[in-house]
Amino acid sequence: MRDINELQTIEHDVLVVGAGGAGLRAAIEASRLGLSTGVIMKSLLGKAHTVMAEGGMAAALGNVDDRDNWKVHFRDTMRGGKFLNVWRMAEIHAKDAPERVRELEDWGAVFDRTRDGLINQRNFGGHRFPRLAHVGDRTGLELIRTLQDAGVHNGIDFHMECIGVDLALDGGRVAGMLAYWRDTGRFVLFKAPAVIFATGGAGKAWRVTSNSWEYTGDGFGMAYRAGAELMDMEFNQFHPTGMVWPPSVRGTLVTEGVRGEGGILKNSEGVRFMFDNIPERFAAETADSVEEAARWLEGDRDARRPPELLTRDVVARAIRKEVKEGRGSPHGGAFLDIATQQPADFIKRKLPSMYHQFKELAEVDITAEPMEVGPTLHYYMGGIRVDAITQMTNVPGLFAAGECGTGLHGANRLGGNSLSDLIVFGARAGQGAKQYLDSLSGTPQPQGDHVNDLIDEVVGFLNREEGENPYVVVDDLQVAMEEHVGIVREGRELEEGIEKLAGLVERAKRVKAHPSSQYNPGWNTCIDLRNLLVSAEATARSALSRQESRGAHTRLDFEGEREDQLKYNNVVVQASDGSMDLRQEARPEPPEELARIAHASIEDLEANRV
Amino acid sequence: MSERHFRVWRGDSEGGEFVDYTIDVEPGMVVLDCIHRIQAQHAEDLACRWNCKAGKCGSCSMEINGKPKLSCMTRMNTFGPDETITIQPMKTFPVVRDLVSDVSFNYRQNARIRPLKPRPRGKDGEHRMYQEDVDRVQEFRKCIECFLCQDVCHVLRDQDAMERFTGPRFMIRLASLEMHPLDTDDRVPEIRDEFGSGLCNITRCCTEVCPEHIGITDNAIIPLKERVVDRYYDPLMWLMRKITGRK
Ligand SMILES: Cc1cc2nc3c(=O)[nH]c(=O)nc-3n(C[C@H](O)[C@H](O)[C@H](O)COP(=O)(O)OP(=O)(O)OC[C@H]3O[C@@H](n4cnc5c(N)ncnc54)[C@H](O)[C@@H]3O)c2cc1C
Ligand code: SF4
Ligand code: SF4
Ligand code: FES
Repeated sequence: MRDINELQTIEHDVLVVGAGGAGLRAAIEASRLGLSTGVIMKSLLGKAHTVMAEGGMAAALGNVDDRDNWKVHFRDTMRGGKFLNVWRMAEIHAKDAPERVRELEDWGAVFDRTRDGLINQRNFGGHRFPRLAHVGDRTGLELIRTLQDAGVHNGIDFHMECIGVDLALDGGRVAGMLAYWRDTGRFVLFKAPAVIFATGGAGKAWRVTSNSWEYTGDGFGMAYRAGAELMDMEFNQFHPTGMVWPPSVRGTLVTEGVRGEGGILKNSEGVRFMFDNIPERFAAETADSVEEAARWLEGDRDARRPPELLTRDVVARAIRKEVKEGRGSPHGGAFLDIATQQPADFIKRKLPSMYHQFKELAEVDITAEPMEVGPTLHYYMGGIRVDAITQMTNVPGLFAAGECGTGLHGANRLGGNSLSDLIVFGARAGQGAKQYLDSLSGTPQPQGDHVNDLIDEVVGFLNREEGENPYVVVDDLQVAMEEHVGIVREGRELEEGIEKLAGLVERAKRVKAHPSSQYNPGWNTCIDLRNLLVSAEATARSALSRQESRGAHTRLDFEGEREDQLKYNNVVVQASDGSMDLRQEARPEPPEELARIAHASIEDLEANRV
Repeated sequence: MSERHFRVWRGDSEGGEFVDYTIDVEPGMVVLDCIHRIQAQHAEDLACRWNCKAGKCGSCSMEINGKPKLSCMTRMNTFGPDETITIQPMKTFPVVRDLVSDVSFNYRQNARIRPLKPRPRGKDGEHRMYQEDVDRVQEFRKCIECFLCQDVCHVLRDQDAMERFTGPRFMIRLASLEMHPLDTDDRVPEIRDEFGSGLCNITRCCTEVCPEHIGITDNAIIPLKERVVDRYYDPLMWLMRKITGRK
């Protein structure tokens, strides 16, 4: 038995797991509140998913349309989320976002400007007014670099390429985390009474995804094993526009900004099919003719928004339908055309990285030809359940923020609401950790036996004589998820999928990596696979439990939203025997004042009558 | 589908060698896809960095047939049909393992640069900046920190100079602060004395490899050198700028 006192040990008041927007913002907050703060991340600093975000971050600054305010943003978020959002979180988000965005400017961010020299804002799906602060189509880069540079000067310790394995607990409270350095494979024990998860989603459970190798649901898996609750895991956002060709980039994102700047969707017959796919709830606020859509693009404030800017779930399903019914593009998608809608220099200025991406990767000039696009798994609306105000989970000392948390987006996330989520709830998680530590009695300590068990489990992958290649198991998992837990779901298929997952869980215990632990992606994959499987199983079970179609969750056998299904959330926990438990938990009644705003007519809201 | 040959450097800080691999390649594939295929079929422990696969994160830098490039943006059809593709890690930095190099030098440089010191916000609580005044700064802020420019800069290839020159990536970072409309700090002395602007001799190799097409030399380094010259050798010009308030 090894002595854990001989492990490398690093102590912090707060350990942040993840260096995307949420993790960095949380770390900055914690550090400014005087806490010793460390951040670990799987890649180098500045490479997290957040860097890839393109379109922008939503905040009701009202710089472009002064009719915007937090109430309209809140209402849009609730409607987009099909009212399954945690009401308080949607409120806090809409209220806090403008100040969180403005403060980025003090830290060096340089957003695109309006004519008056203010932060410019663009249109995006589901947002009533131009609301997304942006920098061309590289907003995420601006956000992560700004936070990274601010973080470096706030006394935060960044531990790069350091991967968390599991939480260390002391009597149910967080005591720290076991992690390993990617370059050497050596273990390190972080002692920290507060840990903030900002680990992003689990898109890698599917084959066609906009997510990178990092997104294996580590936060979900680690939180679950520590006793935390996973909520609303059935809500997985398929972004309508991923690249479909060439095969090696299938799934790579095409920003919604293309449609925000005027791009239209057509099928192989040249029909703008979104006009035939307008849901009743949005009919009153959506253009019903090409002519009206064109007027909107020209800035006519009385014209309604084009149907291409309906929420992502609606657009993704419509594209899938066109393809299924034989009206798809040559490589099985739809045509996204901005070339006929905007002049070439406008496209290059507003969407430079899309121009570049298609030119380099697909040899398509988007200023002259349409793009081929199709749905790609993009985002986890569900995740680790937290308190709306402090971001603490049910495990004392464990916090979660950003994509790995849940509550803000309900059944469907609006574009641009993630980047604002990161900075709003990242900051709040930092404050939550401070509050918790101020009232904490004693310092929880990692337990030797537990830490030893954790090490044994992952070292096992290196030491065994025989075992399966982990990449093959990941591959099979991705195929199973595409087939059984895809964009459109059905009871029998889900049940079969859950069975397949059980088989994969068994195989994953016996995988084997090349025996060197140094910078060994095979070994990393063995470790990640445990978390990927927790995420996949929680998703499939929750999807089976929700017997309706709402937002991003579509059931062929239960069409349409059902009132009774709005009354609960699916909550997944680990049972004492290690199996997965799911319960349907009643949702509290919405605060009356918020319900009034969410259901108000847009005219009343604009006139400030609510 | 066609069969293609690769020579990939395998090893660590102690040394290493090129190893040959042959795999099938389909249309549309980029070099990074090929590395993944080699991993999946022949060398599960082949180490390389990547994240976005779309030229946005700057993780996958390496030298491909001797040229510093992003492997995720290097399409296979840019090579001759029978050409063997040689892949190795960036040369300027110490190797960690296989295609992964130790780029911590760059993070140390960034930590040395003082943060923005913004002027106060206006009475309405807003910062006003006009698009034409931020265009330059936005160009520099496109940098994805791939460090290819650092890799190719001959000044940095000389170990001693690494102590005295911060490299092109951080010259543009300094320029983005020096030219930032909100910044009130005086950065010119340290640009010369601590970050070594004088060591760059304008070969433009950095600009040539930048995947973001940032005008590193012409738009950042040369203007910074001019500001240094103004300050130390043409104080009148410097005074003029101070009076007119142009950043
Ligand atoms: C291509 C693309 C475009 C997008 N565009 C937009 C947009 O325009 N607007 C918008 O609002 N949203 C957008 N999104 C969504 C948004 O970018 C993400 O949801 C958001 O960035 C997630 O941020 P995060 O801070 O929660 O985590 P991430 O940025 O995903 O970072 C997760 C961090 O956790 C670390 N981590 C994970 N597991 C571990 C572990 N075990 N140990 C240590 N570290 C770990 C990772 O290394 C990483 O540093 C886009 C997403 C993609 C992929
Ligand atoms: S122009 Fe200057 S910074 Fe760029 S490569 Fe040449 S010497 Fe290095
Ligand atoms: S300036 Fe260009 S080459 Fe240098 S690190 Fe930035 S993106 Fe890469
Ligand atoms: S993987 Fe992100 S730039 Fe190549």
